[in-house]
Amino acid sequence: MTNRLQTLGTRGALAVVLVVLALVPVVCTTFFTSQVGLTSLWLGIVAVSLTFLSGYGGMVSLAQTALFGVAGLVTARLSVESGWDPWAAALVGILAATAVGLLFGAVASGSQGIYFLIITLAFAQVAYFYFAAVPTFGAHEGINGVRPPAVLGDPVQDPARMYWFLLAVSVLVFLGLRHVSRTAFGLALQGVRDDPVRMAALGYNVRLHRILGFTLAAPVAGAAGVLSAWSNTRMSAGSISLAIAILVLTAAVIGGLNRLEGAWVGALLYTLCDTYLRGWTDRFTTWLGVVFLVIVLVSPGGVVGLVSSAATWLRRRLPGGSAPPAVPSAPAPPVPVSSGGAR
Amino acid sequence: MAIQTAAARRSTPRPRARLPVAATAAVLVGALGLLGVLLQAFDKGLGTEGNVPTFILITLNGLTLAGLYFISASGLTLIFGLLRVTNLAHGALFLLGGYVALQLVQDAGMNWWLAALLAMAASGLVGLVVHQLFLRWNQGQDLRQALITIAVSLILADQMLARFGATPTAIAPPEFLAQPLSLGVYDLSYPRFRIAMLVAALAVGLLFWLVYTRTRVGMVVRAGVDDSQMTSALGVNVQKVFAIAFFVGSALAGLGGVFAGTALSLAPGQDQSFLVSALVVVIVGGMGSLGGAALGALLLGLVDQYAGAYLPAEYANLSALLTFVLLAAILAVRPTGLFGKAR
Repeated sequence: MTNRLQTLGTRGALAVVLVVLALVPVVCTTFFTSQVGLTSLWLGIVAVSLTFLSGYGGMVSLAQTALFGVAGLVTARLSVESGWDPWAAALVGILAATAVGLLFGAVASGSQGIYFLIITLAFAQVAYFYFAAVPTFGAHEGINGVRPPAVLGDPVQDPARMYWFLLAVSVLVFLGLRHVSRTAFGLALQGVRDDPVRMAALGYNVRLHRILGFTLAAPVAGAAGVLSAWSNTRMSAGSISLAIAILVLTAAVIGGLNRLEGAWVGALLYTLCDTYLRGWTDRFTTWLGVVFLVIVLVSPGGVVGLVSSAATWLRRRLPGGSAPPAVPSAPAPPVPVSSGGAR
Repeated sequence: MAIQTAAARRSTPRPRARLPVAATAAVLVGALGLLGVLLQAFDKGLGTEGNVPTFILITLNGLTLAGLYFISASGLTLIFGLLRVTNLAHGALFLLGGYVALQLVQDAGMNWWLAALLAMAASGLVGLVVHQLFLRWNQGQDLRQALITIAVSLILADQMLARFGATPTAIAPPEFLAQPLSLGVYDLSYPRFRIAMLVAALAVGLLFWLVYTRTRVGMVVRAGVDDSQMTSALGVNVQKVFAIAFFVGSALAGLGGVFAGTALSLAPGQDQSFLVSALVVVIVGGMGSLGGAALGALLLGLVDQYAGAYLPAEYANLSALLTFVLLAAILAVRPTGLFGKAR
């Protein structure tokens, strides 16, 4: 009975959060909606593709920005240079990102842990240097003047509709990935994360699961790329440099690598600091690094992990709280999924 | 590679029958590339008007660059081989060494060699502190350690940007190495300092090899690489060996920075680019393998220079991409690098 109450409570809390988020364009300034709102939503979507891979698949990938860039730049190119309809261009861009994701996944799936991190770093660099060199995609200049679909309005002057669209996509991505994690495939993927040798002995194709998991995260990163190109009306190779890949990793780690919602929390925290702390201190990156360091050292579950352990602690202290572990799904071990599955 | 008895070899089916095909293909592609380079180099005969003088200079550039890569990569591979820590702050320690030497030579008017020594000590000390404070108690959690070193590198890089600014600066070389050296063929001359860099790399390699194979310290290190728990059980203070290895590895990063700052220049962002090349070198050879690092450095240095000079003009700006394609291809075929041990 308490369980059911708690589920209701969690759902109610989520609904309240969603309503508050949906009210942002009405209550807050245009600047806040476009600068903080739009940025943290698309950053959250690309970060969640990494959170999904690392939390459920044990694959910490730096290549998510590469897929993000493939989708964003293909979409920008098709809609600006070839005059395609934005929706069609976005679809092709996301499909391209998925195809590249399949290729990356197939190449990288043989590597584990730290080798996986580094091979995906190589992918990120390949994508960066490719887009920075090829004139078709604007080389270093990038592609400017990307128009989002007319329905979504002007992202700079009137970002409200764009914001709601991004929020809706975020919710869909969250629900979709959470659903995947509960299917047979998702459970097998978590098995592969925890003990690949045992899963192989049980007859699962470990490599195929890793490839499919990686491919599944690719359209999510791709969608974020398209949304970023629409929100900023531009995209260039600089949007997918190594610094940005590390930034996405930072946001995901700060939010919490073993809970999907952590991605958006981390992205929001990052964007808030990026927007307001920069005017306040010159050494913004240092502080970001310090926060990153403290989070990795103290709470591998990130900010979300901190909040949920605080909630559990409170519930235990409050009178009448019988306190079962109330966290609905905390499947992953703390951040470091050690590479030594075979150890 | 485990040594198998003949009987065991007969009874177990060969698991990697496909490997020779891929390896042969890789060697073929490499040979074709080299053939293309040589064809262009000797195209117009051996005369002074031909391409041979340029070819000699480009090869020397490649070899000396390989020396620089080897110096910084040897530290990274030592730390990885012994401690299983992927030190992603290696690039920041590299840049730190360069900047410390720059300050000492330029502002304090110190002798170059003394400055280089102090810079090595500074990088080594910072590395040692990072290891003792943040990494020592996380042993075995390699992804968490990688994340910690990313955070450290963010902080260090930003602090160096604050202190030393963003303008690229170079360290003045020691006086007797400042003049170019006449090569005696085709009236060519080459910077003495770059040759000294190659000699230093050879010296570092030789010293490593002697210490590894001829001394008690080397024996302990090799034992630690193979099984640190067992070594510890035999009464060796493994933590002390780890600390020394981290100090030496970080100091080598600093030495690389001093050389790079003298032969090329120092600027923010170089920490990342040199970290990435050191990673490529180390991964190509197999992490923890010194000979692999030497081979990787040679490959990367030559491929980098030849690709920049000999690729057809319309592809010339793709040369940076080539090294990462090389890395991804090698990891796809051999997930732990050319000489890496499966762990």
